[in-house]
Amino acid sequence: MDFINFYFLPGIVLGSIYALGAIGVSLVFGILRFANFSHGELMLIGAYITYSLLHFTGLHPLAVLPIAMIFTGVVALGIDHVFYRPFRTSKATIVIVASFGVALMARSAVQIIWGVDPVSYSPGQIQKPIVLFDSLRIFSKHIWIVSCAIVLMLTIHVILTYTKTGKAMRAMSDSTELARLTGIETEKIVRATWLLGAALAASAGVFLAWDTHLHTMMGFYMLLPMFAAAILGGIGQPYGAMVGGLVIGLAEELSSYPWIGGEPLLPPAYKGGVAFAVMVMMLIWRPSGLFRGRVF
Amino acid sequence: MPVLELNNVSGGYGEVDILHGVSLQIARGELVVVIGPNGAGKSTAMKAVFGLLRLSGGTINLDGEDITGMEPAQVVRKGVCYVPQTNNVFPTLSVEENLEMGAYIREDDFRPRLQEIYQIFPPLREKRKQKVGFLSGGQRQMVAMGKALMLEPRILLLDEPTAGLSPIYRNQIFDIVKEINDSGIPILMVEQNAKQSLAVADRGYVLVDGQNRTDGKGLDLLNDPEIAEMFLGG
Amino acid sequence: MDSSQAYGYFLYFVSLMTMGGIYAIMSLGLNIQWGFTGLFNVGIAGFFAIGAYVAALLTTAESAYHLGGFGLPVAVGLIAAMAVTGVISWLVGLLCIRLRSDYLAIATIGIGEIFRLILKNEIWATNGARGISKIPLPFETLAEPWNKICFMLLVLGIVTLLYFMIERARLAPWGRLMTAIRENEHSARAAGKNVERFRIEAFIFGSVLMGLAGGLTAHYMKFIGPGATEPLTTTFLVWVMLIAGGSGNNRGAILGAFLMWAIWSFSEVLTGRLPPELAIKAAYFRIFLIGLLLQVVLQRYAGGILPERRLASVIPDHGTSK
Ligand SMILES: Nc1ncnc2c1ncn2[C@@H]1O[C@H](COP(=O)(O)OP(=O)(O)OP(=O)(O)O)[C@@H](O)[C@H]1O
Ligand SMILES: [Mg+2]
Repeated sequence: MDFINFYFLPGIVLGSIYALGAIGVSLVFGILRFANFSHGELMLIGAYITYSLLHFTGLHPLAVLPIAMIFTGVVALGIDHVFYRPFRTSKATIVIVASFGVALMARSAVQIIWGVDPVSYSPGQIQKPIVLFDSLRIFSKHIWIVSCAIVLMLTIHVILTYTKTGKAMRAMSDSTELARLTGIETEKIVRATWLLGAALAASAGVFLAWDTHLHTMMGFYMLLPMFAAAILGGIGQPYGAMVGGLVIGLAEELSSYPWIGGEPLLPPAYKGGVAFAVMVMMLIWRPSGLFRGRVF
Repeated sequence: MPVLELNNVSGGYGEVDILHGVSLQIARGELVVVIGPNGAGKSTAMKAVFGLLRLSGGTINLDGEDITGMEPAQVVRKGVCYVPQTNNVFPTLSVEENLEMGAYIREDDFRPRLQEIYQIFPPLREKRKQKVGFLSGGQRQMVAMGKALMLEPRILLLDEPTAGLSPIYRNQIFDIVKEINDSGIPILMVEQNAKQSLAVADRGYVLVDGQNRTDGKGLDLLNDPEIAEMFLGG
Repeated sequence: MDSSQAYGYFLYFVSLMTMGGIYAIMSLGLNIQWGFTGLFNVGIAGFFAIGAYVAALLTTAESAYHLGGFGLPVAVGLIAAMAVTGVISWLVGLLCIRLRSDYLAIATIGIGEIFRLILKNEIWATNGARGISKIPLPFETLAEPWNKICFMLLVLGIVTLLYFMIERARLAPWGRLMTAIRENEHSARAAGKNVERFRIEAFIFGSVLMGLAGGLTAHYMKFIGPGATEPLTTTFLVWVMLIAGGSGNNRGAILGAFLMWAIWSFSEVLTGRLPPELAIKAAYFRIFLIGLLLQVVLQRYAGGILPERRLASVIPDHGTSK
């Protein structure tokens, strides 16, 4: 039972959060064709906006989440317009440098506005888990986080499969040039991509902050697991990113379970390295990812 | 008045020009074929129409309207549909989704047109839920053409629609091209199979080194000894 | 201005030149990777830290707090720092070099991250967050300011030496091929060149310089802690230095390093005078401005102060993206 309570369930929660972030990384990589190093900072912005909204309204994090998602989407549109759009036709590597710069600017902006001390959405409150079947202990916020993540992922699925814009996003991910020749307004699709990716990033940031606490390095630390999840699932494959996120989240938590003997398999302090290890193995074994994404 | 007209068009991708004054005319209802050696600039001439080129001279007119240097998205909206030589389908989308993307700019209901396309290309109806990436070359070419036809175009540009296809598919595609043309849609087609295409074409152009070499009625070109020696294997 | 004040300014100038020189070494290293070959390395801080720790552990006297106590000469420490960085970058290269540069970038972040975890957690070896102190400074036996001046001359000497070496390599077939690979990988491959091998070489060469810079910094500061791997100051500054100075141009890389280090250092002095509450915020504001500077350079002056001089005879110039 300890296995479920302390390793498996937290792994699922963390995995859902990574998945939400990784979908955006994968979408942006597929459609704009660059690894967005500022994606973690979109999470950060979403999480801090929520923090301020909670502070002013006193509402529940989930109640203000939609506002934070929209706000972050708009910020992403602004960033794209000012910093990425000028490079639409340049080599992708230049945009990566730009996104790296944007990441630092965004983080330092957050540090200037909100300071660097860690904060919490519900300071001082200690939540008691719900106990089921005598031994299964679940925190209600975990149920909320996972269900919201599932709803958001289903929404993404519906958008990509059934709406015209969603299909055009997948088309553009296949070939930007052919999309243009087909009459698809590629700039509109790019905006849709940022809105979706940033909204999901914001939700991931809020869930992570709600589950643990909020600090300004959060976005940077999330970058590696999100990329690992996106690569694991196959770049440009949003469904792959969902699976990849879950796998990475579970792998991180399960890596410190005492599989052999009484000692953790891997000291918990090294959890952060698991994502990297999984990613490295994937790059050796099958660089196109589980879902056969693109390899550049 | 010609439907589409290239007047003395020059231009290229980087600094150097690839086209040095190419002129083409396609009249209403015509099937016009462009032939020429590899690297002659045939594909490049088509891209010029679609605003994918840096132009350094000349004009392009559509039904008398100047469309020189217009953005691809606008050219499509003018009713010009283009099937590129390579990379002409969305491989991870299903057949039906590809056709739907072809109708992206249509505001009305495209479903009747979809049924018409399935009549023209019956194999596509069977495979409509399949990802195009898994289809054979010939079926992909059908998807590419079907996708372009979703708009009921004013003119259709086809770049080597039969390249790399088996003789059976090649004949099938030629039949369909003829059929589409007979339904009233003017077609400008680049082809490697000079003999077969000149035989069905109303007129033909020969491009060499980014310039017009000759032009004339399809059958006249076919019987021209110089052309025969260049392209038709003597 | 009295003499002690002038002496203070002089010492500040010496430290400016020393740190500027150390950054110039890293900037040259990044120029080999990114400027010549187009390899994207975001793990500069990681390689820097590897070099710093290797040098520190090998040259310090025995201590109860960390591994080592070998007390080896500084030169040996620096060479070992370069060797270890080289081996690690070779492994990273083997793994990622055939993939597009995005993957390499992500992998280099990963290396930096793993290394940060090791430094933090393997306290027996690294003394954890408290770091390693009492690292010997070369020329320590000399009196102030001569020890500092000698160290500065050492660093500047290394920069000069490296400049001539890399400049030669750039003009040699090796360098020309690097640029050819960056410009058009396909034709380089078609010409029968082993693109992977050349890329790995460039990656290792560049990383080794970052390790060397790390080692020099450890000796200069006499102390090294996990703070040194804060990816921000190191990695990002080096990137801005290279891009602003002129990516692909060795003189640009050096000029950019000294110039940006001077700006960075002056602005730190200025904001240091603010009241503490504001000073903290000002530090982040400086980073924001540096980020903005990078964007302006990328968008408006893509070539940097000293743009790359193309070797037109080898690579046909397709015109750079504006
Ligand atoms: N995207 C591009 N960028 C730069 N140069 C190009 C590009 N596409 C084609 N070229 C060059 O333009 C010239 C003409 O190419 P084009 O594709 O128009 O020839 P083509 O007549 O269609 O030949 P093929 O029969 O092989 O299709 C060639 O020299 C080619 O190398
Ligand atoms: Mg062609």
